[in-house]
Amino acid sequence: MPSTVSDARAVSVQSERQSPDMDPRPRKNNFLAKWAAEFWRPVAFVFALVLLWWLVTAQKWVAPFILPSPQDTLRALSENGTYLAQHTGVTTLETVLGFVIAILLGELVAVLMVYSRSLEKTMYPIILFAQVIPKIAIAPLFVVWLGFGLEPKIWVAVLMAFFPIVVSGMAGLRSVDPEILELTSTMGANPFKTFLKVRLPASLPQLFSGLKVAATLAVTGAVVGEFVGANEGLGYVILQANGNIDTAMLFAALIIMSLLGILLFAIIQIAEWFLVPWQASRRTGGASTNG
Amino acid sequence: MTALLHEKRVTTTQPVVTIENLNITYSTKRSRMTALDGINLNVEQGEFLSIAGPSGCGKSTLLKVVAGLTAATSGQAQLRGQQIKGPRRDIGYVFQRAALLEWRNVRGNILLQAEMRGMDKAKAARRADELIEMTGLGGFEKSFPHELSGGMQQRVSLCRALLHEPDVLLMDEPFGALDALTRERMNIELHRIWRETGTTVILVTHSVAEAVFLANRVVVMSARPGTILETLDVPLGSHRDYAATMEDPDFVRVSARVRELLGASHTAE
Repeated sequence: MPSTVSDARAVSVQSERQSPDMDPRPRKNNFLAKWAAEFWRPVAFVFALVLLWWLVTAQKWVAPFILPSPQDTLRALSENGTYLAQHTGVTTLETVLGFVIAILLGELVAVLMVYSRSLEKTMYPIILFAQVIPKIAIAPLFVVWLGFGLEPKIWVAVLMAFFPIVVSGMAGLRSVDPEILELTSTMGANPFKTFLKVRLPASLPQLFSGLKVAATLAVTGAVVGEFVGANEGLGYVILQANGNIDTAMLFAALIIMSLLGILLFAIIQIAEWFLVPWQASRRTGGASTNG
Repeated sequence: MTALLHEKRVTTTQPVVTIENLNITYSTKRSRMTALDGINLNVEQGEFLSIAGPSGCGKSTLLKVVAGLTAATSGQAQLRGQQIKGPRRDIGYVFQRAALLEWRNVRGNILLQAEMRGMDKAKAARRADELIEMTGLGGFEKSFPHELSGGMQQRVSLCRALLHEPDVLLMDEPFGALDALTRERMNIELHRIWRETGTTVILVTHSVAEAVFLANRVVVMSARPGTILETLDVPLGSHRDYAATMEDPDFVRVSARVRELLGASHTAE
């Protein structure tokens, strides 16, 4: 009798084990090949665009002050290395500070609103209202209030990045399986423990999709702040270059700006791999069955 | 089979769960809906009680009352002689869905119970090892929920519910989402685990075979408002072989009666 039970057990464990080819973890030696497979399309596309750009300027179909050639842009980048680096540093500082403040504030507000229905009813309309106002229209006001230093740029960046963080943070905190919450209440856990061990981790996948949107918006916010009133930063460089009809420099600043956004996005992506590994492994699993 | 995992079988005559004249009514602005009506029920120490009934008869609500997750509108519900007022810590709960945390592996999911309760770590770890071994999860400790089949996930959920040696294990359609064959295997295993642990179990199920095979007593409920139609003893002994039980005259007789009662309640609907 005991032997039949353990036989049945062994059989059931065997049959329920998933087949090895469904293992979502990629093997190490495949890693480079996987990246190549993933990214050859965008790389090829950018390469083709640059080629087209070069062709248009080399054939002089467009005047250089309207569209500088890739070589001119590259020269503007290299000849003004220190100048650009200094202003990039300023914009980076504003962006990162704004983004970090937006994360702290946004997550705090999301948590408060999820836990208090009346607070949500009070604050949500105001937050929505603040989101609907064009940020470019608020930026001059911030300059009047906070002067010409870093502060107004940081706060425009905060304002831009705040909304997606609040919305995704709230959606994430609400996404917890209600049965798990019933379960933790029978475990006698205090609300803080439940928050830390269940609600917060469960909210991370959604929060991170909001953070990715917010990261790119933070760069925009900082530059918009600089447009309104600044004597440093990439926004200032663009205004200067525009005044001098120095389109090569303008292009150089634009390229740096988008690189900054991409870099910030990539940092969030890497943080997501470390903090939400269960989500990442699921995604790779899905991708491998497609590819 | 002397390997009892814990010696909680105190010989008291007092039932573990006592329910007297329990009524549950949900009121909305427009209407009142009676979910449970005049339920009287005792569950004895070490007993396996199955509750069968049509969908929406309030079987799950009854479990939630015992867990302290739903309050009685009128009547009494007691756990070990104590009035049930709020969420109870001395129960284990298994839902139809395994409700596992996807960022924790098998071991981490089981130990959530210990962390939330602030149990002694070394003791909880030993207990988790025992349960992993007993439920056939050995070798899967580091697997994550999305790497496991439904049956394996439900085993993890069962381990989590048993970790703190609860007074009563509440199971709400635990195998309802599994295929028929896996379900049968899980029934055999649950029977063995119940025998090995001596835990008091209340199981809510749609399956007549499952209800009768596992239980000492089967409670059959009517459709809404949920009342107890009949309570049937299952005189089958505590060591049950699945195939032999299926053909046992007592099993066949009790199953037929349960089906009859469920059928009758359906036509009354």
